[in-house]
Amino acid sequence: MGKPNDLLQGTLDLLILKTLLPEAKHGWAIAKRIQQMSGEVLQVQQGSLYPALHRLEQQGWIKAKWAESETGRQAKFYALTNAGRKQLEAETANWARLSAAVNLVLDEA
Amino acid sequence: MRWWDRLAMKIRMLIGRRDAGVQLDAELRFHLENQVAENRAAGMSAVEARRAALRTFGNPALLRDEARATWTWNWLESLWLDLRYSMRTLRRTPGFTSIAVIVMALGIGANVALFTVVRSVLLKPLPFEDPDRLLMINESHTGDAPNSVAGNMFDEWRKHNRTFERMAVVRSGENQLSGAAGQLPERLNSAMISWQLLSTLGVQPAMGRDFTAADDSPSASGVIIISASLWQRRFGSDPNVVGRTVDLDAKPYTIIGVMPAWFAFPEPSTQLWTAAYHEVPPGTINSYDNHMFNGAVGRLKPGVTAEQAVADVSAISLRIHNQHLDKPFVLGHAYGRPLLERMVGKLKQPLYVLLGATSCLLLIACLNVANLLVARAAARRREMAIRTALGGGWLRLLRERLIESLVVSCVGGAAGLAMAYLLLAWLVSTRQDMARVDSIHIDAVVALFTCGIIVFSALFSGLISAFSASDKQTLGVLQESSRSVSGSGGRAFLRKSLVSVEIGLTVVLLIGAGLLIRSYERLRSTDVGCITDNVLTMRIALPSARYSTPESRANFYDAMLTQVRALPGVEAATFGMLVPGQGYGGDWGFTIPEHPPQPIGQGSTAVMRYADANYFSTLGIPILRGRTFDEGKRLDQADEVVISESLAKTFYPGEDPIGKHLKLADAKPEVIVGVVADTRYLIGEEPRPTQYHALRSGKARNGTLAIRASHDVESFALPAQKIINELDHDLPVSDVLTMDQVIGKSTLNESFNATLLLAFAVLATLLAAVGLFGVLSYVVAQRTTEIGIRMALGAQREQVLRRVLIDGLRPALTGLVFGIACGAAAVRLMRSMLYQTQPLDPVVFAVVAGALFSVAAVACAVPAWRASRLDPMQALRTE
Repeated sequence: MGKPNDLLQGTLDLLILKTLLPEAKHGWAIAKRIQQMSGEVLQVQQGSLYPALHRLEQQGWIKAKWAESETGRQAKFYALTNAGRKQLEAETANWARLSAAVNLVLDEA
Repeated sequence: MRWWDRLAMKIRMLIGRRDAGVQLDAELRFHLENQVAENRAAGMSAVEARRAALRTFGNPALLRDEARATWTWNWLESLWLDLRYSMRTLRRTPGFTSIAVIVMALGIGANVALFTVVRSVLLKPLPFEDPDRLLMINESHTGDAPNSVAGNMFDEWRKHNRTFERMAVVRSGENQLSGAAGQLPERLNSAMISWQLLSTLGVQPAMGRDFTAADDSPSASGVIIISASLWQRRFGSDPNVVGRTVDLDAKPYTIIGVMPAWFAFPEPSTQLWTAAYHEVPPGTINSYDNHMFNGAVGRLKPGVTAEQAVADVSAISLRIHNQHLDKPFVLGHAYGRPLLERMVGKLKQPLYVLLGATSCLLLIACLNVANLLVARAAARRREMAIRTALGGGWLRLLRERLIESLVVSCVGGAAGLAMAYLLLAWLVSTRQDMARVDSIHIDAVVALFTCGIIVFSALFSGLISAFSASDKQTLGVLQESSRSVSGSGGRAFLRKSLVSVEIGLTVVLLIGAGLLIRSYERLRSTDVGCITDNVLTMRIALPSARYSTPESRANFYDAMLTQVRALPGVEAATFGMLVPGQGYGGDWGFTIPEHPPQPIGQGSTAVMRYADANYFSTLGIPILRGRTFDEGKRLDQADEVVISESLAKTFYPGEDPIGKHLKLADAKPEVIVGVVADTRYLIGEEPRPTQYHALRSGKARNGTLAIRASHDVESFALPAQKIINELDHDLPVSDVLTMDQVIGKSTLNESFNATLLLAFAVLATLLAAVGLFGVLSYVVAQRTTEIGIRMALGAQREQVLRRVLIDGLRPALTGLVFGIACGAAAVRLMRSMLYQTQPLDPVVFAVVAGALFSVAAVACAVPAWRASRLDPMQALRTE
């Protein structure tokens, strides 16, 4: 496992919301999914994952439920709420705008 | 739906916090196990897998904290933790905690009690409808001071005013109630009112009905309205009391209504109300110069100001005055004040002075607690320094300090509130004579005030103690070792200045108390002009229904006096309208036939008294010239009058009044047979010209029986009452008091205020002494090593004693000087409460300074003594 890259708090939230879009997942699955989808580049540390998950829950964009996981143990599954869905769209648009702007600056010679 | 979910989440976070914590642990554990499983799947052994997983996990406690940090209500949780910690540490030091709580309770309790009184009596509006529209109108000579109101003048005001909706008159007095199912007759405080009074005030009887115009006429049958307490006490809360007949002054009256329990007008002691125009004969009430009513109550029309109303009524008075210029006692002005002010105006200054005193007491209490907290903080400064060095925020430590002081304040405040409740109960029971005393009770505003005071005290004490240990000294504190002996006088500077301020405030209180006491002493020792030792008094009133002729009354007085004088042990007995010190009574106008008639519109008055021939000898009033009444002259032949010295000097200047005459209106001229020394009608008032008319004329309808004996005069109370009872079974005797008690009653306000202020001052002195003792003990403890070294190097015990004593007395002295300066400024506010005493009375200041200095010396003596008794070897070994 390579060194984790620095992830801004806001972008971590965005990634979490994105992974939760198709279905509800527990914390471990979210971390694995992000790692997988980014091609093993982004490795989320527990120290940032769980505070982010709890913060998102407090803000009402995801909601949690305890259920049986694939291994048979009880786990806390997070699912996206309607507000979270809207937030995801807003954040994605934001990110696109931001990264486009950064690219523009970098492309300038 | 979103906000609803968020609210549910917030509530869950608040209530199910522990569950959330457990769930977080489970969640993290699940993640860890998945990581271990992944590691094992990658080929590591069980032990290594676990170790690798834990390594990536980092610090689980930190992880948990960071997750929890995102939860809402975190500030509440940390506050709650701080609170529990504070209570634990406070419980561990019960001595400190109990002293601090008691001190706070004293300060807060006294303050809350007095605030309740000030609010209920002075600030709360009267319990009537729209009370700020109510005025009390009086007649006035010049417009500056109130005078009683005459019936006809009130009539004119009522009929011709343009500014009042309604007006009514009131007169306080006494009536005799008897005849209800074999109960003893009793004398009650009552009030005669015109029929519109209750509707002017905007109140209705709780049972029955109000007076109507038909009730308020001479031809109506007698009706009364009774108070709720009389209904409960004498009629056993009988639901059918309306319609019952009772005997009032031996005449039958029907009860038509019962007032609600909260109604008290004009005084808290008023028990029943009668209709004025029915009670008073038309000749007396329909007069412009018989001022028999205490005042008129009026309700302003909407939009009218008080000034307009008083001007309107004044104009009517002036017009009437000008129409009757030949009558000297028809007054030409009106005087009006809001009703509330007329009822409680006299209490304003004493109550505010007492409130100032309790505020000082609260400050002293707070300073004391601050002192204690500073001492406590000083004991824990190493711990604080370590916590600061480890990264504890300054704000967090401050908050902890404040919470500690808040806990002390809250507990002290609760105890103080209970104390205030008891204090108020005592006050209400002992001072039933005070205006509006019935309305004193603790309500929501007082509770709010208590909370405010608790927060203020907590902040005050807490902040002072918090700033006593700043984190800039962290390094120095950490480096402190027992070997280095640093002069720790600097650390005690704050505490010494706190004690100085405490002592200063205490001195102010002591000066105030001293002045009030001195003023009271001067008042009490004023000569009323007669003998006050071993004289018993009691009052009776002969109802006109049974004693309608002068002859019947004169016979009664003669029989009573003869029998009372025959009692063994009685030196002398007499009967008169009032004895000196019992009150004003009233003044009557007179003319002097021998003198040229006075200019139209001018008249002379003198205080009116009826007295029997032995009045002056019994009471020890010297007869300066002439003689007393001739005992042989009775009824129509009793045409003699005795005058006081000031009457002689004022109205018969430069001539011998003996043999001259004095003529009351509508009466024969009476010949002056004697001149007696002046007496005061009330202690503290200047003597006024007084005219004494013969009791044997039978004109007096009530009066005071005075019995003088060589000793044990109170033992004659029962025999005298028995004699009166045998003469007339239905005649109640009231106000059985010795002369000393009579005078004590009239100075009740002054003695009460002085006692209360003295109590506060003594409490404050105690607190300040304890504070001083504490500081000096602390300083001695800090400097034990230093003292040990000094002694080892040859210092004498007396030198050490003197040094420590001076060290302790210095703040006391600064406090004393500061207090005297503040006191000298503050007592000017008390000037009107003092009788024949200057606010800057040197004796009082000297006594206070001396007393405080000795108390301070005693407080310092014990630690100083202990310091001088130190064993140098022990001291040097102290860590």
